[in-house]
Amino acid sequence: MKADDFRTRAENQWCPGCPNFGILAALRGALAVCGLRPEQVCLVSGIGQAAKMPHYVRANFFNGLHGRALPVAEAVCAVNSDLKVVVVTGDGDCYGEGGNHFLHAVRRNPDLALIVHDNQIYGLTKGQASPTTDVGDRTRLQFEGVESEPMKPLAIALLHGCGFIARGYAGDIPQLTDLIADAFRHRGFSLVDVVQPCISWGTHAVGWYAERLYRLPPDYDPSDYQSASEKVLEWKDRIPTGILYRSKESKACFGDRFRGETGCRNLTDLEFPAKRTVSEILERFKV
Amino acid sequence: MTELGILICGAAGQGVQTIGSILARIALKSGHCAFTWQDNESRIRGGSNGYAIRISDRIHNAPLSVFDALLPLDAKSRTKYLPFLKRDGVLIGGEEPGFRGMALDSASISVRKTGRPFFSNAVSLGALAAVLGFDEEAVLASVSEEFAGKTADLVRNNLELATEGFRLVLERHRDLCRPKAAKQDVRRYLISGADACAMGAWAAGCRFMAAYPMSPSTGVITALSKAGNELRVFTEQAEDEIAAVNMAIGASFAGVRSMTATSGGGFALMCEALSLAGMTETPLVVVLAQRPGPATGLPTRTEQGDLLFAVHSGHGEFAKAVLAPPDAGELFHAMARAFDLAEKYQTPVVVLTDQLLMDSTVTLDAFDPGRFRNQSHYGDGSQDQGYQRYRFTGSGVSPMIRPGSGPGLACCDSDEHDEDGHITENLEMRARMVEKRLGKLKALQAEIAPPESYRISDAEIVLVCWGSSRNATAEAVDEMRQHGRKAGMIHFAEIWPLPDFVLPDVPSLIFVEGNAMGQMEGLVRSKYGVTFSGSIRKYDGLPVDAGFILGRLAR
Repeated sequence: MKADDFRTRAENQWCPGCPNFGILAALRGALAVCGLRPEQVCLVSGIGQAAKMPHYVRANFFNGLHGRALPVAEAVCAVNSDLKVVVVTGDGDCYGEGGNHFLHAVRRNPDLALIVHDNQIYGLTKGQASPTTDVGDRTRLQFEGVESEPMKPLAIALLHGCGFIARGYAGDIPQLTDLIADAFRHRGFSLVDVVQPCISWGTHAVGWYAERLYRLPPDYDPSDYQSASEKVLEWKDRIPTGILYRSKESKACFGDRFRGETGCRNLTDLEFPAKRTVSEILERFKV
Repeated sequence: MTELGILICGAAGQGVQTIGSILARIALKSGHCAFTWQDNESRIRGGSNGYAIRISDRIHNAPLSVFDALLPLDAKSRTKYLPFLKRDGVLIGGEEPGFRGMALDSASISVRKTGRPFFSNAVSLGALAAVLGFDEEAVLASVSEEFAGKTADLVRNNLELATEGFRLVLERHRDLCRPKAAKQDVRRYLISGADACAMGAWAAGCRFMAAYPMSPSTGVITALSKAGNELRVFTEQAEDEIAAVNMAIGASFAGVRSMTATSGGGFALMCEALSLAGMTETPLVVVLAQRPGPATGLPTRTEQGDLLFAVHSGHGEFAKAVLAPPDAGELFHAMARAFDLAEKYQTPVVVLTDQLLMDSTVTLDAFDPGRFRNQSHYGDGSQDQGYQRYRFTGSGVSPMIRPGSGPGLACCDSDEHDEDGHITENLEMRARMVEKRLGKLKALQAEIAPPESYRISDAEIVLVCWGSSRNATAEAVDEMRQHGRKAGMIHFAEIWPLPDFVLPDVPSLIFVEGNAMGQMEGLVRSKYGVTFSGSIRKYDGLPVDAGFILGRLAR
C-alpha cells in the first residue's frame, strides 16, 4: 500500500492552506510505512475540524460525538485487537469536551494511537479559547485575554503512565510521519500532540511557532523519565518536537487480562451461547 | 400455608438482606414460592431498611403492603415498620399491645454461645423460621448455602445459633408458631431482577457491557462482572455514563452485542449518545432502572416516572424501541428481545425497569431460554470493495458489517452523511437519509407486541397498566373477581412505538401507574383516542401493590 491508496473521494472541508493537510499527509504516509491495509485500520473521531480526518483517509471509521472519540475507540480495542485503532482529534475535542475521557483512557492503556491536532483554538466555532490557549491570548470570546492556566496534556499523560508521548509539527511532514509510525508500533496508548497553527483563528502566527520549534537532539534519551518530565512542560520560549517519552517497560493493555484469562482473542469470534449452556447456568438459580 | 408476608428491618449493615435472602431460600426449599422486595434508605450504615418477603403456595410475584410477621433488628426500625404489621401479626423480639409478641434476646444468646454478639442474626433467623412453621432441615441447608465458601468457623456458628433460635421458639413459644407446613418436593428458580437482566443479556449474545455505578442499575454489571470470564462477557466500569454509553456504541460498531445500564440521572447524560446510535444506525441496548426523580430524588426507591423521558430521549428524529417487562422472569426474555430489535433495526432499544424490578427476587417454575431464538442480523458486504454502510434499501435497513472482516469498510458518521458514510451538505441527500432512518419505524412498530389482555372477555372494569405494575394489578383483578366484580387488565410490556390495538369498550377503564403525571395514560389516550374514567397513581417511592389499588378503587 502507498500513501495515495488511503485517499477517499470525500470533498475536503478544511480551509485552503490549513496545516491539517500536513497531518493528513503524514497519517497516510505512516499507515503506508507500517504496511497497513485500509480494512485493518479503524479511525475514530469526535467533532471539530481535526475530527473530519476519517473522511479523508480510506479506512474503517466511526466519526462520533464531540469529545467522545476515546470511549468509542477503547471499546473497539476491547472487542477487536486485530484492528489498528487511531483516534484523530483536536485540542478542544480531546482536552476540553473529552478531558475526562482523555485522563481515564491514559489510565486504561488501550492499544491505540491518539493524534491531537493542537492549534490552541476552537476553529470550527470561530475562534474561542481552547484548553491549551496561552494565558493572555486574546480570542473572539476572551476579548481581554485568556485568564486560565493552559492544560498540560503531555504532562498529564506522563503522570498517568502513558508509555509513548510525542510532539510533532504539522509543518514537518517527514518527522511527523515517523512519529505517527512509531506511535503505531508502540503497543499501548500512544499520544502524538501535533502543533498545528490555525491560519484562520490562531492567536499566534505561523512564524511564532517556527521560531520556537526545535527537534530533540539525537542524543536525547526518550526512555529517561526525568528528562521527559522536563520536556513535556517545555513551551512558550522553546517547543521541543520528537519522541519526548517512550517507556522501556511493556504494560498490559486494556482487554489483555480478559483475553488472557478467557483465551478469547477477539469478542467478535464468539458465537451465541448454546441453549443448553444457558439452561445449565440458569440451574444455579434453582433452590 | 396459603400466604404470609414477612418484614425484616434494621439499620443498613445490620444484615437485613442476608436474613431475608436466607428466608426466601428456606421457603423455596420447603416447596413454597417467595417474592422479595426491598425498602432501603440511601446510606451505607444506619438508617432503617426493610426487606419484605411474600411466601405463598402459588407464585405471587407482587408486593404486599401489610405483613403477618415482623422481625426488627433495632428499636428505630421497629417503630418505623410496626404500623405495617397486621393486628394479629407476630412481632419477633418484642412485645406490643395488639400484637402477638415474643421476647428474644438474640445478642445475649450469641454472646453466651460464641463469646460475641456477631451471630445474633442467625438466632433471629432460626426463631423466625420456627414461627413460620418451616422445617429445621430446610433452615440449616439454606444457611449452609448462603455462607458457602466462608470459613468453617463462621458456617458452624451460624448453623448452631440458627438451631438455637429455632428450638428456643419451639420450646417456649409454640403457641405463636404456625402449623408445620407440608413439605413439597419441588425445585424452583429464585432470581433477582438484576441477575435476570444480566443472564438474559448474556443468553442473547451480549459480549460487552460498560456502566457507571448508579442505584438501582448497578446489579446488572455486577452480575456480569462476577461471571464475566466464565460467560465471556467483557465488562468495564466507565468514568461516567457518557463514556459508558459511548463504549457500548463503540463495541457494537466493532461488531458485538453490547449494552449499558443506568438510572434516570445517568440516562440524562446518555441521551446525546442515544441520538448518536440513532444517527449512526448502531445497535444499542440501554437498561434504564427507574428511581424517583427529579434530580437525585430517592436513590433507593421505586417509581415509573421516566417513561416519557425514555420515549422521547435523544435529540432529533430517529427510530427507537422502549420495552417495559413486568418482572424478573420476563426481563430475562425482554433482554433477548431488545438485542434482537436493536440489531435488526440498527437502532437503540431502552429496557425500562425500576428499583422494584431490579431489587426484587421472584420465584419461577420454568426459565425457558428456548422461548427466543438468537439470530444474527449482520449482512453481506464485508468482501465487497464497493460496500456502502448506508446503502438505500426499501426497508431503510442497510446491510451492516463488522470492521476488519474484509475489504468492505464500515464507515459511520454522526454528521448527516451519504451512503458511503461521508459527511454531506447535500440537502436532497439529507431528506433521503431522514426518510431512510425513519422508514425503519413502520416495520419496528409492526413487531411490537400488543398489550396483554387478562380476564377481559366479560370485564366491566378494566385496569390498564405497564411495566412492573403488572403483577400487583393482576392480583387486584383476581381479588375483585373473587368478590364477584367483573374485572380485567390490559398490560403494556412493549411500549414504543405503541402497537396498533383496540382498547376494550367497558363502563370503567382505569389507568394504574407508578408516577404522578399519568405518563403512559397520556400516551395511550392520544394514541388510541380513549378516555379513562379514573387514574390510580403512586409516587411515594414505594411500589404499586394490590392493596393500594383496591383501596383507591373503594374510594
